[in-house]
Amino acid sequence: MRNATYETGAFFVRDRSWHPKAYTPDYKTSVTRSPQKALLSLENTVSEITGPVFGHDILGEKDNDLIYNFARPGESAIGERIIVHGKVLDERGRGVPGVLVEFWQANAAGRYRHKNEGYMAPLDPNFGGCGRTITDDDGGYAFRTVKPGPYPWPNGVNDWRPAHIHFSIFGYGFAQRLITQMYFEGDPLIPLCPIVRTIADEAAIEQLVAPLDMASTVPMDARAYKFDIVLRGRRSTMFENRMEGN
Amino acid sequence: MVQPLNRLKESPSQTAGPYVHIGCVPNFLGIEGVFDSDLGKTMVNDETRGQRIAITGRVIDGTGTPLKDALLEIWQADSNGLYNSPSETRGGADPNFAGWGRQPTDLKSGVFRFDTIKPGRVPFTDGRMQAPHVNFWIVARGINLGLNTRMYFADEAEANAEDPVLARIEHRVRVQTLLAEPTDDGYRFDIHLQGDNETIFFDI
Repeated sequence: MRNATYETGAFFVRDRSWHPKAYTPDYKTSVTRSPQKALLSLENTVSEITGPVFGHDILGEKDNDLIYNFARPGESAIGERIIVHGKVLDERGRGVPGVLVEFWQANAAGRYRHKNEGYMAPLDPNFGGCGRTITDDDGGYAFRTVKPGPYPWPNGVNDWRPAHIHFSIFGYGFAQRLITQMYFEGDPLIPLCPIVRTIADEAAIEQLVAPLDMASTVPMDARAYKFDIVLRGRRSTMFENRMEGN
Repeated sequence: MVQPLNRLKESPSQTAGPYVHIGCVPNFLGIEGVFDSDLGKTMVNDETRGQRIAITGRVIDGTGTPLKDALLEIWQADSNGLYNSPSETRGGADPNFAGWGRQPTDLKSGVFRFDTIKPGRVPFTDGRMQAPHVNFWIVARGINLGLNTRMYFADEAEANAEDPVLARIEHRVRVQTLLAEPTDDGYRFDIHLQGDNETIFFDI
């Protein structure tokens, strides 16, 4: 897949005050699903440094095109056509090539294709809502979709999720595994959302808001949003206190 | 002033939400025809070396209720203690064993099941051998940042006794939360998110 040697250094420690805490009671479900005891700190062993890597053979031709990958022949999903693109980087600013990125979302009306979903907005018969891709040599990725609609949820009496796309990202180590959500520039629901506000730091929230990218917009076709994702960086192994052969 | 470090911040996590299946296991959900099969569903084939085991269990919240919308991933060594990863430097792992699996909890019962093999031992950072273990990552609605834990095997008492990770658990009464109990076809591993019997989760 690529010529570079895979790195084996330990990952930078996660900044758990930048990430959301486990117990965030305004997001009600977190109340009974958050550990109350302290996490046990564990320096990276080979179990954490390694992780699965996926080849292009898992990908189908339309895996990164949600407008067409569930649509009947000759038809396409209804909604605002957009391209979402960006890079997967690590904390050192290096692109992370050859890693799997998965994404899922509601349709343009805010309706998810899921059997537990009860929102009255209709399903789009030509929209499934899932996609995936593998980053290129520079860590870049792109997919085409329709912009998801906001979505009401049973938290507060009148809580609505901002328009969002869920992302699941693999790095090279199991300790880099990350799931997050992308929001859209200018959405007035963002500051109202209890899930967004599980994140305490305003700058961390901004890291999840994708700007409109007119330079990458395809005229008369699809607008673009740019969303870079940062995974944990890792130390050089030059001076690691490991036994020979490990 | 000093030079800037020029480091980026990791993208902050958000919950996987109740509909994580759409993106990660769409065929399980009945969204067929987009991906050939769900990634991580099958971990072994006829050629895989090692002792076949099933790992079953539930993820239980602070009220004792099993989660029916959780997604679990496991990562483990092969039967010789090698990881099937490009970052594995100690040798080539069994090519018939991916080492990675992904399963949802059942939408009705909350039970998860992995069909895998029993892993070999891998070294700690100082070269001491760790006891056989399976690394778990758990996401779900209400979990803001994926939870990491490890499953050890209750019938590996000797190896567990010398495991460098288990050894650092101050409250010895909690060690058992990481031990899976033998069953007829493998091991049972319930994960308690909160409360008296809370599973040990790791900051890795």
